[in-house]
Amino acid sequence: MMDAPDAVFWDRPAPVGHLLLDQLPSYQSLLYRRKSSVRRRGSGWGSGRSRQLSVSSGKWAEQTHSGEELRPVRELPKNMQDKRREKQQRLQQGGALTGWGLWRLNVHRSLKRLKEDGVDLLSALQLWRTDIHLIEGMFGTGILSYFSFLRFLVLLNFIMFLLMFVFVMLPVILTSHTSHNITYSSTNVSECSVYPASSRQGLVAFHEHITDLLSGTGFLERTYLFYGYYNLEFIHSHFTYNLPLAYLLATVSYLLLSLVWIVKRSASGFKRKLIQDEDRFQSFCNKIFAGWDFCITNENAARLKRSSLLYEMKTDLEEERIKRRMANRTRGERCRIYVLRAGLNLFVMAVLVTCFYCIYVATVFSQRKQVEGAKSAFLQELVVEYLPSIVITLANFITPLIFSLIITFEDYSPAFEIRFTLMRCVFMRLASIGVLLFSLWVQITFCGSSECPCGYNHEIYPCWETHVGQEMYKLVIFDFLIIAAVTVFVEFPRKIIVNHCDHGLVRWWGQQEFAVPQNVLEIVYGQTICWIGTFYCPLLPAINTVKYVLVFYLKKVSLVTNCRPATRPFRASSSHFFFLVVLLIGLALASVPVTVSIAEIQASRACGPFVSYSTSWQVVPRGITQLPPGLRSFLLALASEAFAVSFFVITCLGMFYVIALAGAHKRVIEQLRDQLAMEGRDKRFLIQKLYQAQQASFGRSADSKGLRRNRADTGLCLVEPSVVLETQA
Amino acid sequence: MGNKQTIFTDEQLDAYQDCTFFTRKEILRLHGRYHELAPHLVPMDYTNDPDVKIPLALIVNMPELKENPFRNRIVESFSEDGLGNLSFNDFVDMFSVLSEMAPRELKAIYAFKIYDFNVDNYICKEDLEQTLNRLTKEELTPEEVVLVCEKAIEEADLDGDSKLSFADFENMISRAPDFLSTFHIRI
Repeated sequence: MMDAPDAVFWDRPAPVGHLLLDQLPSYQSLLYRRKSSVRRRGSGWGSGRSRQLSVSSGKWAEQTHSGEELRPVRELPKNMQDKRREKQQRLQQGGALTGWGLWRLNVHRSLKRLKEDGVDLLSALQLWRTDIHLIEGMFGTGILSYFSFLRFLVLLNFIMFLLMFVFVMLPVILTSHTSHNITYSSTNVSECSVYPASSRQGLVAFHEHITDLLSGTGFLERTYLFYGYYNLEFIHSHFTYNLPLAYLLATVSYLLLSLVWIVKRSASGFKRKLIQDEDRFQSFCNKIFAGWDFCITNENAARLKRSSLLYEMKTDLEEERIKRRMANRTRGERCRIYVLRAGLNLFVMAVLVTCFYCIYVATVFSQRKQVEGAKSAFLQELVVEYLPSIVITLANFITPLIFSLIITFEDYSPAFEIRFTLMRCVFMRLASIGVLLFSLWVQITFCGSSECPCGYNHEIYPCWETHVGQEMYKLVIFDFLIIAAVTVFVEFPRKIIVNHCDHGLVRWWGQQEFAVPQNVLEIVYGQTICWIGTFYCPLLPAINTVKYVLVFYLKKVSLVTNCRPATRPFRASSSHFFFLVVLLIGLALASVPVTVSIAEIQASRACGPFVSYSTSWQVVPRGITQLPPGLRSFLLALASEAFAVSFFVITCLGMFYVIALAGAHKRVIEQLRDQLAMEGRDKRFLIQKLYQAQQASFGRSADSKGLRRNRADTGLCLVEPSVVLETQA
Repeated sequence: MGNKQTIFTDEQLDAYQDCTFFTRKEILRLHGRYHELAPHLVPMDYTNDPDVKIPLALIVNMPELKENPFRNRIVESFSEDGLGNLSFNDFVDMFSVLSEMAPRELKAIYAFKIYDFNVDNYICKEDLEQTLNRLTKEELTPEEVVLVCEKAIEEADLDGDSKLSFADFENMISRAPDFLSTFHIRI
């Protein structure tokens, strides 16, 4: 690629061309932090090093004469003295302002100070700051992203709890302590509104209390915990408080709030994903220049980071080899691979269907046994209650192992393998909740051979929402128990065994690795249950908050004492976006059952705030009819077809515009990249030509005058073209 | 701030706050850290701008830098004499650029300086090989090192001179998704 003059050109120890390159404006911007006078000695271009010149040239200089916006002083790549000088200069330039301008500037500065102090205070209040700092230092940013994700979920759950508390629970609590006029929700007394007491009668054994606590039955059933307790309709004080409407709107708003918050958090990661190449993002450059976590302060962690980087690079080299092999596949081989993949996908689907069927059967069995109510031993009763949870947990434990085994036969590239397995696991986890709810719904609306008179099976489930709430409550409790049990009974003993036993098998099993994706799936699963269950069990977000706080401390202790970082580390950048995408999928999945049950299923007649409505959604139209006419017609217009269609059309147009904009930006980036490459080549070409011209003139002038010029001077000659012309002439 | 401190004048603290990404409290804390690196050298009273520099050997032993394979280069890039002797201004500047709030462009400039071992305004193959060896503590075979460096240059070199100029480097860093989260030191 390089021709002879080029090779000579770059080889010189103190090359002439180097002098020229040093004078380029783009190099000026990278000036090392030397005092202005020191570096170049006695060259005619001596002032070239001073900051004055760099003010008018150089990329980072502010261009006051061109009217461009000034960069803040702190973002300039100069040393402190120069930055201070810069600040003084700017102040002096601004010093010509009148009293009004000066006052505005002062106000602006003091507001900025105030804001910075405020941000400082807020960040000091941030939850678990020191813990997360410690984890970051020991394990790097990959695992840190899991813990900051967990912190985000704790806050989200707390806000959800506040929402439900303020709008639903607080009014009910207040009415029980004060005397207000209350209208209880009621309907025609019929067979549907019979709600037999479900608390245990007579002498209650202690273990039955424990069973009740763990499954939300018995003494917990008619408490603030479940939907069935809120059977108020209106509270009359200075105004009329419509509790059912508040309940419904609080539900909708917590779903919307979660959506908005998650989307906001994922926006930054999404922007970056649009720009970068998908294939290249695990590239070698990324690993070399952005691979080392500068936050690591622990010797162990540094050693592990080093070995993980090493492993990653070896894997990438391996992946290059595999890609080359894949590209060289013959047609026959490709057909075979596709057939194999299709077969294995069918197998995966068969496994999923089997698991779903098991969950369905377990739910049906558990429901039937609960309804029969036969007294049995404590443990047996507990197992029957928790059977769906147990089956779901078992399925979620076994299927990832099966998936990671199958994917090795499907012959994908390693990076794709990881992603695909994860997608399958996500689907499995979230769909199992859906299957559970579906089987519950089938049970609730099944009345034998005839049509259900009340829309649901009122004999077995007089208050079906409370029942669904209890199932969700059980799922949450069981999930937490499993996490705690695995940590205490598997991870700690594993560490003890690995440390003390030197058997080959034990060493192969190895120390626990903190697998970030699996842990994230666990907490997303818990959050999805919370989103679904809050409608039926308003205290669930509070329980979830406490659960996640405990999980944080459990995982942190386990991580610090038991684990070593994974040899296949999860990249921080991609992981953050991945977590939020999975959370969004969970939210989308959670809103389906909630929407269906609000809009389609008959609300139970015996309990809860929606007794006098057919479905829960009915409270909204009825509420609208009681509004003043102007507002009513406005809201009805919003719900009309005309508005819906035009809104849809406008949203589509907006979406197409944004997509086109993103595509245009991508194209511009490609063009700029090509231009940059071309500019670089132009620069080299020009310098080469200059060098050749200089050599030629040098040779000629040496011949004509017989003098030997100092090499260093030629650098200066090039700067002043008049001199070059003189020598040529 | 409620308590009266006598280390800096208000004007100095203002200037620091404007020129770095730190708040007053953080700057005072940084001064404490700087002081404990060399308690005999560093005065507690900075109101008259003393000209004190701490040598490289003391700075690279800080817990934040101790495990960093590039610690020497980092300190050298922020020193005025290029040998790693940092005054307090340089010290604050270093941590300001490496803090979370510094923008990507600023970090890219200093990252280029850090990885340019032979200080020739280009990241050439030798610089890359040195970087890689420090990262992996020489556990890659020489062929693998050469291969990785070749691939890295192939990915990032735009102008085809088989070394990375600042434009190439900056373009590559803008596409590296982890840069902002890894190129930061918390103090």
